[in-house]
Amino acid sequence: MTAVRAEGLFKVFGRGADDAVQRLRDGASRADVVAQGATPAVIDASFEVQPGEIFVVMGLSGSGKSTLIRMLNGLWEPTAGHVYVDGVDISGIDAGELRRVRQQKISMVFQHFALLPHRTVAENAAYALDIQGVPKDERRAKAAEALELVGLRGWEDRYPAQLSGGMKQRVGLARALTAGSDIMLMDEAFSALDPLIRREMQDQLLELQASLGKTVVFITHDLNEAMRLGDRIAVMRDGRIVQVGTAEEVLRDPANDYVAQFVADVDRTRVLTASSVMVPAQLEVNASAGPRVALHGMRDKQLSAAFVVTRDRKLRGVVRDDDVVAAVNRGDTTLEQIVDSGVASVHADTVLAELFAPSAESVLPLAVVGDDDRLLGVIPRVTLLTAMASLAEAQPDLEVAR
Amino acid sequence: MSDSFDPLDPRLRVGTWVSDAFDWFTDTLQPVLDFVDTVLDGAYSGVADALSAPPFLVMVALFAALGWAVRSWKFAVFTVLGFYLIAAMDKWDAAMQTLALVLVAAFIGTVIAVPLGIWAARSPTVSNLLRPVLDFMQTMPAMVYLIPTLGAFGIGVVPGMISTIVFAMPPGVRFTELAIRQVDTEVVEAGQAFGSSPMRILRQIQLPLALPTIMAGINQVIMLSLSMVVLAAMVGAAGLGLDVVAGLQSLNVARGVEAGLAVVVLAIYLDRVVSALADRAPVVRASRVRA
Repeated sequence: MTAVRAEGLFKVFGRGADDAVQRLRDGASRADVVAQGATPAVIDASFEVQPGEIFVVMGLSGSGKSTLIRMLNGLWEPTAGHVYVDGVDISGIDAGELRRVRQQKISMVFQHFALLPHRTVAENAAYALDIQGVPKDERRAKAAEALELVGLRGWEDRYPAQLSGGMKQRVGLARALTAGSDIMLMDEAFSALDPLIRREMQDQLLELQASLGKTVVFITHDLNEAMRLGDRIAVMRDGRIVQVGTAEEVLRDPANDYVAQFVADVDRTRVLTASSVMVPAQLEVNASAGPRVALHGMRDKQLSAAFVVTRDRKLRGVVRDDDVVAAVNRGDTTLEQIVDSGVASVHADTVLAELFAPSAESVLPLAVVGDDDRLLGVIPRVTLLTAMASLAEAQPDLEVAR
Repeated sequence: MSDSFDPLDPRLRVGTWVSDAFDWFTDTLQPVLDFVDTVLDGAYSGVADALSAPPFLVMVALFAALGWAVRSWKFAVFTVLGFYLIAAMDKWDAAMQTLALVLVAAFIGTVIAVPLGIWAARSPTVSNLLRPVLDFMQTMPAMVYLIPTLGAFGIGVVPGMISTIVFAMPPGVRFTELAIRQVDTEVVEAGQAFGSSPMRILRQIQLPLALPTIMAGINQVIMLSLSMVVLAAMVGAAGLGLDVVAGLQSLNVARGVEAGLAVVVLAIYLDRVVSALADRAPVVRASRVRA
């Protein structure tokens, strides 16, 4: 039996929704319907998700993917069409039955985590069980189990405000796991996270799925993420699903020009970004730390230079070993005097093609910074060369510029 | 009413009709009005007696202790100085009567306003119906409410209290509606997605997350109630308002200023206590803890 089946799903907002559905069925274009005042978000979507599969719905913002996923658990009612969860048509059932389906069969992970800020990590992780009326001790035990699975053991009594973005989403994941449902809906679940954390979370999801065998419907706008996670990928555009297939199929045999364009340059240096190849910096020193701290770290890691960041992780520059030794001998207390702010840095969205020149000129790894100048990672020359080598083999395991 | 209407010499006795209608209304609903009168008067007298019964120093100590508990020792010091000043100006009994009036009116106003606000947040129809009513309640000169209430209940504390409730309640409704609507939709969706019922989402998600804003609304209700004490005094409510009215009638600056100062002390005290309570809402405390 299929885990989730969508059959001719429509969601139209605005005036004359039913009429618009009929016109779309008769072959009217989206633009025609929009001109008459209705806004179709999802048009005639049909697909099946098999048990244990990761089914990715990919599309740019406004393509209707968030609306689609919200119809799969009945958060939004379809204007037309049917959704079957585990064989049950949820479009026609009453509110109480729908709540039971949500409690038992289908859980959800949200883009902005959607944790309850006034409840602890453990209480959040056990939220679904609270609703199901499970006794407190059992809730606590199951929450601890799930938190252990996502690597948050020992954080049970903290509050969400004390966690980083990545950790919050781990709680979101644990909450979905404790619900005990076989199907998980993930709505842009990793999109709000830093690139390195995002990759870590993707790995974790793959591991969990391999061991627990959950059925996952995953929404993303990120082609790289879709390729990495999806057993099958549905590409959405303007409310319609334009292609469903494995990553291989979508890459090799795009269904139309839109998909072709989307994936055409997937293995070119012009679309891959710095954030897709960067690695964590070997050594970061806080600007307020003294030269002794820097020296200790450099000796420890056998480095001849270290990146200096401010307290909020903004890139300050680099310090080199001979300067640090001199500073220690002088008895300096901070690195301010010796930090070299002329370090070669690139924005996370810089494409690979533009990295070669700065990389060639710099002895040190390139620093990769985000919009707010925070140090996200570094690219040693050897990493860049390895990435180039793997491009030749057309590995799509890289992030595409948006 | 005249038997024939002469269009060249129009005379419509609107006032007579309304007062006839009003007489009918008060006659018919007399039992209800008596009940409301008894309840409000009883609540007011009870609270006023309780506040005035102990020696004033005991009450000052209690107020200060509450201030310390919810806020800080500095605020407790202010409380002692402020309330001692009231007693020193010989306004203690009047201040306690005013405080009782404000507490009862604000309590009833809140009890009506918060559920109305929740209802309005859940139903666009209710929201659309309530908005002009709230506008009316807030913009109608408050003194106008005194006339029918005075007729129905007679001189005393009750007409002033009802006018106060009508005038002070709207921000409570508005803040509650806004607060519930402002709760992050994704968190509400999370409640739905895990199979929570609407009542449970209200209790476990919407109300806790909205509480700080609702408290700000309650604070507004209290402050507006305080602003009505002078008006209430004009129809016979005791308290600081009476001193202001008397000061006005006899151009007695000293009497008016002393009563006014006492009102200010009460206002600051109530405002700080309520906003401190808002800061103790679980959602606020949980967002303040640091790793």
